[in-house]
Amino acid sequence: MDDRFYVSAPPHIRTRYDAKYIMRQVTVALIPPTIAGIVFFGIRAVLVLLISVLSSILWQRLVLFVKGEKRALDGSEVVTGLLLALNLSPLVPWWIPIVGTFIAIVLAKELFGGLGFNIFNPALIARAFLLVSWPMEMTTWMSPFNGVTQATPLTFLKLQHTYTPYINLFLGNRGGCIGETSVLALLIGAGYLFFRGVIDWKIPVPYVLTVGVLALAFKQDPLFHIMAGGLILGAFFMATDYTTTPITKLGRIIFGISCGVITILIRLFGGYPEGVSFSILFMNAMTPLLDRWTIPKPFGYKTLRRNV
Amino acid sequence: MKRFLRPLINGILRENPILVLMIGLCPVLAVSSAAINGIYMGLAATFVLVGSNLIISIIRRFVPDQIRIPIFITIIATFVTIVDMVMHAYAPDMYNILGIFIPLIVVNCIILGRAEAFAYHNGVIESLGDGIGMGLGFTLILVVLGGIRELLGNGTLFGFQVMPIAYKPVLLMILPPGAFLTIGFLQALQRYRGGKG
Repeated sequence: MDDRFYVSAPPHIRTRYDAKYIMRQVTVALIPPTIAGIVFFGIRAVLVLLISVLSSILWQRLVLFVKGEKRALDGSEVVTGLLLALNLSPLVPWWIPIVGTFIAIVLAKELFGGLGFNIFNPALIARAFLLVSWPMEMTTWMSPFNGVTQATPLTFLKLQHTYTPYINLFLGNRGGCIGETSVLALLIGAGYLFFRGVIDWKIPVPYVLTVGVLALAFKQDPLFHIMAGGLILGAFFMATDYTTTPITKLGRIIFGISCGVITILIRLFGGYPEGVSFSILFMNAMTPLLDRWTIPKPFGYKTLRRNV
Repeated sequence: MKRFLRPLINGILRENPILVLMIGLCPVLAVSSAAINGIYMGLAATFVLVGSNLIISIIRRFVPDQIRIPIFITIIATFVTIVDMVMHAYAPDMYNILGIFIPLIVVNCIILGRAEAFAYHNGVIESLGDGIGMGLGFTLILVVLGGIRELLGNGTLFGFQVMPIAYKPVLLMILPPGAFLTIGFLQALQRYRGGKG
């Protein structure tokens, strides 16, 4: 009887949009780029994906065991493992994904308090850590289908000033990370997330547009800069992580534009050929500030004048 | 005896200068890429700390309040000069590795901080204990931090190969970000332990 007089603060209507549901949607949206990666890079890609996802689940279970918590897995570790694998070259040694998921799950997520408390995107932290620690292993890329090593389009641009044809960039027939090559597959996945209402346009669209406009301003090919590298993967799947991006509308737009500026600056003037992951990580660190600066003004609110 | 031991034990973990007071981080981040560096740097700072704490606690009643900082700096600089010359003469290799950070002990916040916050207000015995405790705490963290970074980033410990040959070193750990990361996690560990000694 008492149960029926349940008193709680609003909101009282609950939706099915819990963490598990969101993570399942993101996993579904990541299937097209995963398939594209397997088609282009073959068995190596399958191995990296499998090791990454399995080790991610293992680390998560281990952390829960050590913490003595008996909660069920929420699916975020699958997304993290999948995203990390999609951010790796198909030619990485077998231990790279295992170390990477350790960094992502244990150091970047659970030590900060678990899902929802992490400051930085776990998969991107892992990628940055791996890239700085093992630059050789992390930047040996593979040409699609035949397994010969080949540079990425952005490296070609930086070192030889040659552009890769649009059609190869769009379909994914080029060197690069497992999940970043096929713009078509990524857009299918991103479209699904839009359709399901999991992500909104306020971060990815300003991000991509800023990169295009700035590329034009620096007399570069804007379409090339949008499709080459990990921009589409980063903008739609990693800059839209709920925990590590601003909540406010204005904050999200500023977040997207700033990511675009940093990405172009690193690509054109930095030491690395690609800057998507570092730009998102940098803006992750700015997220609390952005949230504080862009609190929307309540209706009828008046600013108190100082020194009256 | 208790007056001597309490500040000494306090300094090692409960009020550890690096993990809890978070002062003097600059040399910690700079020289902690190997465990052996930590021992030398830590002992050099400990010597200066004990010496300056001792002298300042002795003369604190005659020191005019307005000009106490220049006087402290002069005393600290005296001890730093001794360390600098002794190291240059007897440990030239380590002197070259630590380089500018030996003379920079003069402006290390731990030493001026303890002079100002502790030795200026406490007796000789307590100040001696505080100097030794703070110095040991500083040395301990430098060695632990240097050990972790050297082990992961180079596969060695105190210069000996520990990891198997096939081990691929974590380059990040001997780069500056490795120091920030490790010290952050060590500080988190100390908080997690409830800041106990």
